[in-house]
Amino acid sequence: MRREDRRAAGAAAGLAYPTVMLGTLFAIPLGIMVVISFFRKIEGGFYEPVLTLDNYARFFTAFFAQNLVFSLWVSALAASIAVAFGFPFAYLLTRLARRWQVPILVLLLCVLSLSEVIVGFSWSVLLSRTAGLSNVLVWLGLLEDPEAWSPSLAAVLCGLVYLAFPYTVLVLYPPLARLDREIVEAARTLGAAPATTFATVVVPMLRPAIVAAAVLVFVFTLGAYLTPQILGRPQHWTLSVLITDQAVYQANLPFAAAMAIFLAVVGLGLVAAVLVLARKRGNAA
Amino acid sequence: MSRILSALFLGAVLLFLALPLAVIAAVSVNEKKRLLFPPVGFSFAWYGDLVGRSEWLGPVTNSLLIAVLAAAVAVSVALPIAYVLWRHRLRYARALYAFGLIPFTLPPVITALGFMIFWNAAGWSGSMTNVVLSHGIFLVTLPLVTISLGFEGLDRALTEAAATMGADDRTILRTVVLPLIVPYVLSGYAFAFVVSLNEYIVAFMVAGFTIETLPIKIFNSLRYGYTPVMAAVSVVFVLVAALVFGLIARFGDLPRLLGALGPRDR
Repeated sequence: MRREDRRAAGAAAGLAYPTVMLGTLFAIPLGIMVVISFFRKIEGGFYEPVLTLDNYARFFTAFFAQNLVFSLWVSALAASIAVAFGFPFAYLLTRLARRWQVPILVLLLCVLSLSEVIVGFSWSVLLSRTAGLSNVLVWLGLLEDPEAWSPSLAAVLCGLVYLAFPYTVLVLYPPLARLDREIVEAARTLGAAPATTFATVVVPMLRPAIVAAAVLVFVFTLGAYLTPQILGRPQHWTLSVLITDQAVYQANLPFAAAMAIFLAVVGLGLVAAVLVLARKRGNAA
Repeated sequence: MSRILSALFLGAVLLFLALPLAVIAAVSVNEKKRLLFPPVGFSFAWYGDLVGRSEWLGPVTNSLLIAVLAAAVAVSVALPIAYVLWRHRLRYARALYAFGLIPFTLPPVITALGFMIFWNAAGWSGSMTNVVLSHGIFLVTLPLVTISLGFEGLDRALTEAAATMGADDRTILRTVVLPLIVPYVLSGYAFAFVVSLNEYIVAFMVAGFTIETLPIKIFNSLRYGYTPVMAAVSVVFVLVAALVFGLIARFGDLPRLLGALGPRDR
């Protein structure tokens, strides 16, 4: 018993350092941010400790509402496209032999870790008039003159899907890889075509995983910050851009903090809802 | 028929993923300073600028230094949590683990703003240390996940055998557990290293005006127009990532690290 006590004390001591680090450098910053979001901005980049709801009231202005609706809409669209292509891709990937799987996983990790600035820059080249894909169409005779396809909404969407795609596949990879092969084989033995098996067995079985992935990818794309700036016009800027703009260039930390809190609540709320949903289904099964 | 279709689909998606990288690689060897594709002439000169001109060498050094140290910070925070969670199954360790997953799940701008406000309030802003610590905390999720996977895969019979032979906790940790967990620690470190190298928003909001990292430098020069050095940097980034993940795949079990197998399917 005493030995156990000593062990537990040792364990607690082991956690002292991570607690201090995460506490000081993550919990406290978030806490300060919540507090500042209720403070009032004063000129010169500072704020005064006067409790006010003004920062949150600004959410109800037309400008903010427009930006919010656009952010949510474009992220949802990008996430849906990424999942629509990512799910069959991840499924086919897990059916491949290991020696093919590994290089594809390496490519996915490379693209995933690639700086957003590089992704944005690559797509801006790819969609540019001087060096872009439209030159290929001209060369094929499908287009008269090369065109600039960026900046535009389609370009932003392209960039977001590109950013989100490897993340989507890697989120869907574990449930698909753990999917019991015997079930798929049973469906095939009973005469179902591969496409039928996929649509009537695999997709329904993994519906919770698909929903979870869609939410995670949605929150992930909400975080895109450089893509809308590089590939879009100012009307395509998302909430992340707005928050940074307010914090860094407008020196309005209270308003930036209020928006960040809002984004955090939306993000964490969605993820938590999905986790609860997944647990419920797990219990029911 | 369906095999051909699925191969076509896989191929098309891989092309979509590889296309921007290929174009960047092509324009990075353009002889002219203008953005041209297909490339005109052939030259590695822009790669030389990357190390030869202090304008680019500074950010390269900053980024490398930050990534090396920040990944170490991330691992140092993640390892004790993962160990205590596995060894003692403490509820508090589980809570810390869940808390450590948050920075990477949320849109990064939130964490970035939190750091910015924190360092400003602490009256200690704009230094390299701030970026290292902020990245270390921001990226703690990555080693936390890989190291925990490693612990879950450990065979408890091994530690029990060592305990039966009279080894105490500390000896078991040093001689049995740590050697088996090293590959997961290294891959956690590598993931954090690569992501730190590429990270923009946290570095920008913490010290963007004093410490120029490579992504910040690329974005700043993008505003003033195109230079082929940007393409060269991007190619180097892709190659570094490919090298790191290639090594992990070569010496470790990449599908397992990415969650292909449950802990019990070992």
